[in-house]
Amino acid sequence: MTRPTPVSERHSRSVGLNESAVRSRGGWRGTSSVLAPVGFGIAVLVVWQLVVTVGGLPSFLLPAPTAIAEQIGAQFPVLLSTGAVTGGNALVGLVLGFALGVLLAVLAAGVRVVSDLVTPVVLAAGAIPIVALAPVFTTMFGSTTEIPRRLVVMVVVVVPVYVSTARGLRQVRPVHDELMVALAATRRQYTRFVRLPGAVPFVMTGLRLAAPAAVIAAIVAEYFGGLQNGLGSRISSAAANTAYARAWAFVAASIVLGLLFFLAGLLAERLVTRTLLSRPPGGSS
Amino acid sequence: MNAVVLADLDKRFAAVHALDGIELTVGQGEFVSLIGPSGCGKSTLLRVVADLEQPTGGTVEVTGKSARQARLDQDYGIAFQQAGLLDWRSVVQNVELPLQVHGVGKAERRTRALELLELVGLSDFAGSRPAELSGGMQQRVAIARALAPSPKLLLMDEPFGALDEMTRERMQAELLRIAGETGAAVLFVTHSIPEAVVLSDRIVVMSPRPGRITEIVAGRRPGAVPDDPEEVEDVRETGAFFETVTAVREALRKGAAA
Repeated sequence: MTRPTPVSERHSRSVGLNESAVRSRGGWRGTSSVLAPVGFGIAVLVVWQLVVTVGGLPSFLLPAPTAIAEQIGAQFPVLLSTGAVTGGNALVGLVLGFALGVLLAVLAAGVRVVSDLVTPVVLAAGAIPIVALAPVFTTMFGSTTEIPRRLVVMVVVVVPVYVSTARGLRQVRPVHDELMVALAATRRQYTRFVRLPGAVPFVMTGLRLAAPAAVIAAIVAEYFGGLQNGLGSRISSAAANTAYARAWAFVAASIVLGLLFFLAGLLAERLVTRTLLSRPPGGSS
Repeated sequence: MNAVVLADLDKRFAAVHALDGIELTVGQGEFVSLIGPSGCGKSTLLRVVADLEQPTGGTVEVTGKSARQARLDQDYGIAFQQAGLLDWRSVVQNVELPLQVHGVGKAERRTRALELLELVGLSDFAGSRPAELSGGMQQRVAIARALAPSPKLLLMDEPFGALDEMTRERMQAELLRIAGETGAAVLFVTHSIPEAVVLSDRIVVMSPRPGRITEIVAGRRPGAVPDDPEEVEDVRETGAFFETVTAVREALRKGAAA
């Protein structure tokens, strides 16, 4: 069978061109986009080191990068174990908050009453400073459990996930709407075939936004008492004991943890969106 | 049994009298076009038949039932100006959609969808994503989707309106062949005179404010469906074609003057 190709050929050729253009430019920009910030970071560290040692800045004001590096080396096993605790709290809270946010948004999209009840509450939750919540939760659940931190993370995560998912569920193209009416689809089918799949990219954007926020929430929640086993509690206790270089070492570990979550969120969004819009399972001819 | 019977149909929106006293019958397997200036109610008429709008007066009968029952039974297939494919489904999954909505089993609907893709000449693209296809190809997928439940009636609202002239003429020939092969009646909204003339058994000319039928012009000899694209091309060059175009144009002018 002859294939009616002209337009599709043109299409795929232009895609090919774009790809190679991106790739060749990506090669140059890829290198420079890595080198530039790395170089800048190194420069900042060098200047920092000079300011502290040559300028004779007192170590309680700003410890030298070498002193911090030394602490990172000395505390490495502790950094890992406390990082795992904080990261675990952030992850549990992220998963719970994500599930709750998506669930609420789907319910709100289907049932008017739920939407009217939940939307203002979730938006108000977005305005809660977690600083205000953390001590309350700690007192409520006691200081020997991880529950308060995970709850704080959950509250922080629910908001962007809900807002973003709800937006995605509202973005149905009118032509799809009419089509489903013409096909006599039930509400359930309408949600399953059109609204949910159409909302997936929005859901993933919500997850990407929520992931680094989860780490921030998990760390800050530790500043308000409870178990002393995470990065946040170590930062505050080291600072309280004037062990500034050690405090900075834990700050560095927090930054790494935040970056990990950020990258994981970004990767998840890219992967899902790409899978959704590339070849589907079982769709081959 | 007639595909569509409209009697004394009336449709008013808040400030607009969209349809006034419409009487129209579309026979089994008949190809009828609705043509007229913007605002003449041709799209509204189609949407009333599709049960996407409720008439404010008169009766609508689609395949011998109420419009609502015909919709629920998937007695008609519909195609819009936009193909309206679901981007996250493959081409074949898009064609399967109406069958999936009606609970047809997986294997059966796949077989049917592949047959339809063959019919519209897109077998090689079953696994592609809609975004990988050209506008004309997407519209052919939409037509295949409309045909999936083997409807007795095909409703089309300017389906080729967004296509370039060359693609459009090719699609017209394809549509005639498909309508001939499936035996479905077609109610086709367009604002192109040559398109209406090439395709239709009858051309319903409408005028606006209020939306009325001014005249019904006979198109090509009833039943003479050219099954070869070459023949469709030849039709465009015959004297009869130009005579009909002139007749439709005059009817449109008469409607505008009235």
